[in-house]
Amino acid sequence: MAGYLARRAGSMILVLLGVSVLVFLIMQLVPGDPVRTMLGPTATAESIAAVRADLGLDQPLVQQYVSYLGGLLQGDLNTSLTMAQPVAEIVFPKLGNTIILAAGALVICLVIGVPLGVLAATRQYSLFDRGAMFLSLAGASVPVYWAALVVISIFALKLGWLPTSGMYDVREPGGLGDLLRHLVLPAATAAVVPTAVIARLTRSVMVEALQQDHIRMLRANGVPERQIVWKHALRNALPPIVNIVGLQVGYLLGGVIFIEVVFSWPGLGGQLYTSITSNDMPIIQAGVLFIALVFVVVNLIADIVVALLDPRTREAVG
Amino acid sequence: MTEPLLRVENLQTHFASELGTIKAVDGVSFDIPRGGILGMVGESGSGKSVTGLSILRLLGSRNATIAGGRILFRGEDLLQKSEAEMRAIRGGSISMVFQNAMTSLDPFFRVGEQLVEVLRLHQGLSKKEAREKALNALELVRIPDPVAKLKSYPHQLSGGQRQRVVVALALACEPDLLIADEPTTALDATVQKQIIELLQEINQELGTAILMVTHDMGVVAHMCRTVAVMYAGRIVEHGDVADVLRTPQHPYTRGLMASVPRLRTEAAGEGHVRQRLYQIGGSAPLPLRLTDGCAFAPRCPEVGPECWEVDPPTVASGAGQEAVCHRRAEEKAAMAGVAQHVGA
Amino acid sequence: MTSTTLGQKVVSPVAAGDTVAAQIKSRSRPALMWRALRRDKAAVVSIGILVFLTLVAVFAPLLAPYDPLDGDASQRLEGIGTPGHLLGLDGQGRDILSRLIYGGRYSLTVAVLPVLAAAPIALLIGMFAGYFGGRTGNAVMRVLDVLFAFPVVLLAIAIAAVLGPGLANVMLAIGITMVPYMARVVYTATVQESAKEYVEAARAAGATQAQILRQQLMPNVMSPLVVYGTSLCGLMIVLAAGLSFLGVGVTPPAPDWGVMTSDGRSVLLEGYGHVATIPGLVILVAALAFNLIGDGIRDALDPHKQTS
Repeated sequence: MAGYLARRAGSMILVLLGVSVLVFLIMQLVPGDPVRTMLGPTATAESIAAVRADLGLDQPLVQQYVSYLGGLLQGDLNTSLTMAQPVAEIVFPKLGNTIILAAGALVICLVIGVPLGVLAATRQYSLFDRGAMFLSLAGASVPVYWAALVVISIFALKLGWLPTSGMYDVREPGGLGDLLRHLVLPAATAAVVPTAVIARLTRSVMVEALQQDHIRMLRANGVPERQIVWKHALRNALPPIVNIVGLQVGYLLGGVIFIEVVFSWPGLGGQLYTSITSNDMPIIQAGVLFIALVFVVVNLIADIVVALLDPRTREAVG
Repeated sequence: MTEPLLRVENLQTHFASELGTIKAVDGVSFDIPRGGILGMVGESGSGKSVTGLSILRLLGSRNATIAGGRILFRGEDLLQKSEAEMRAIRGGSISMVFQNAMTSLDPFFRVGEQLVEVLRLHQGLSKKEAREKALNALELVRIPDPVAKLKSYPHQLSGGQRQRVVVALALACEPDLLIADEPTTALDATVQKQIIELLQEINQELGTAILMVTHDMGVVAHMCRTVAVMYAGRIVEHGDVADVLRTPQHPYTRGLMASVPRLRTEAAGEGHVRQRLYQIGGSAPLPLRLTDGCAFAPRCPEVGPECWEVDPPTVASGAGQEAVCHRRAEEKAAMAGVAQHVGA
Repeated sequence: MTSTTLGQKVVSPVAAGDTVAAQIKSRSRPALMWRALRRDKAAVVSIGILVFLTLVAVFAPLLAPYDPLDGDASQRLEGIGTPGHLLGLDGQGRDILSRLIYGGRYSLTVAVLPVLAAAPIALLIGMFAGYFGGRTGNAVMRVLDVLFAFPVVLLAIAIAAVLGPGLANVMLAIGITMVPYMARVVYTATVQESAKEYVEAARAAGATQAQILRQQLMPNVMSPLVVYGTSLCGLMIVLAAGLSFLGVGVTPPAPDWGVMTSDGRSVLLEGYGHVATIPGLVILVAALAFNLIGDGIRDALDPHKQTS
């Protein structure tokens, strides 16, 4: 296990280094001068040059990257151009909020997507199967920003059941209950596409799992169908499901930008949107970097879980 | 006369296909006495495996139906049983072993867990009791170091050991009948022989009746008392193994025998366990049965005009040996004529 | 050759399909596919929908009852079924139907064109890395791994944000985002196909590398790419409109469907749901149509499914 972990962690670090290079380069490609943006149109050439020197922007690119990476490793993410505040102070709490939203959505995905796929697989080609699979293809085609608007107009505006925006009540911010009330709509909306994707994949791997020889053996031994499906077949189908769930976390982390914007959820996605509008590059940089970091780590965890799930690889891995 | 353990009467198992109804099993009848071993031989597609699956009603696929007949097990028709009753029978009083030893066990569960699951299901045992019986089952199939094997995952076992575990699973609840569907196909020759011998020993020790589905005449010669030869969904010849091997009646059986030359001289000899059926010229037809007549006619060296048009009659020859063939019927009639003539 | 020897030689139905397909000229491959696709009702309806949407967009000036950019403030936000305005009017009093009709010009182009443009690049990268493998091929795939570390939506938004809004820039952003994903599909297919017998046979027959790549591998690698690309168009319609929705894509007042949804957002809270709902629905339908066609092509190419 240790060797496998070391190998996987090693390649993850390489990927993350690549990510940091890319994020750094993206900033270099931005048309326009960030310092000029920061100082405004009235800045003189001297003051611009002074700030550039101050920020190290007059040095060669490689050196800039090295000092950027050095800062990064010490938790120094530079200072926001628009908010005069260290980027870390802005980004970390928001990242936490985004993870809450994504985790909520993930729970919904798993609770609905996996059973839906399993049930469709056990009733292959039935009306239920066809209906569920058409619905999930439609679900996978849903524009989240639109879904968010529809959900708000129905559940928040027409029915008035749940709040339209924010994370806590503005007047009397409560505890967990208040958070959950605010979480339901955005999490459910964010979950639509990944739920559909997970349901479709679950169906196809379950169909395959149910055709295996040992399933026939279980039937021949009188094991009830429910036990065959939920205990044996699902256990066999689990590794690819775990993998796709890991990938869907990536979708969620990207898709929440729309959700956070529409529902005014105080997360990293919404912050990215605001910073894009105001061209606040250090925040964009840090935001993109941390979302990629979370995504890479989640997929590493998913791969490890997959390896642990299978007794064959569990041995090879160990 | 005592009631047989299993009596299959005029079994009809049909598959719906784009080409029409395929009668995979078309009027098959046979008996297996308590403690008996019946070999069922034929090429792939002859309906022998479908017969085995039909007995346990395990056809599964939506387009397969048992269209007629009766399957009397201890005098009760399995086709009249509810699904719940069938579940109690499957693995309880009738078990089945399939050909893919390598893949017949769930790779995600320990051998012990899989045995305990079946034991608790059928015998309502406590976990501890079930574990003990699981160990007994592994000892029964003579697996080395059974205590450790309970904790093994299937991938940690060899092919032969896996098939032994599969047999242990099938026998754990001490069934009266074991349906073995080509149980040795994926195994190498020595292991095949061991498994065949294991089944024989179990038959003798526990009195478990066996329906041995195989395409291997060697296996039949080695372990079966009676044999039924299937072709295109029908039994074309059956009888005692010794009789059928020594004096095969149906041209198809003769072809089978001719393709295993040494079997004739060393009928129950050793070393032939892995001899496969030689492909008689042409290939087994899809049993669509669009017309009457003998399904073997296109490949038959003795074919005559009536074989194409009229279903062949059943001809008895000697103690219980029967073949379904126009030629044999003709010969018998001629013999009878001669006898009559001589007698007159 | 008797049927038995044929049965022994052909390893799997997939391989059998390949031999058959290889015997028939590659030109007729799409024809074969079309024959199978035609039986898939959902795919046929979807093709109809997309052809309709495309024609409507092409002939927008002839079909649109009003100017998509010119509003009548006196009628702003009137709902569905307003006389003369079938789908109502938006916050600036512009006819929603007319904007939808013109909007296809942006929304469909922005989604489909980048995928088409990314395909040959992905084909080149994927086939190169897959066929030659080795250190170079590996290095290429490791670089792509870095890109896979970014969620698709995020990467597209980041690139679009860097490039700035505008029609050309959105397409560039989407195209760049798509290349690694399409390249991976090509790579996987190339690795799989390269190991097959027909490639060995061609090599033994003295075909050059270029010939093998172009004549043997390309047609077989194209199939998964076409399936993937078609479904991708569906995703990209949603994503491209999403970029416009966020303001980093097509710029207002252009009647892109994403821009229209965004316009509707501000009046939604005032209770005028139709402005945002209608264009969003059109995006959904167009995306679903692409996905159904992608599914249909996949099934049509799958020899296991053709018989059922």
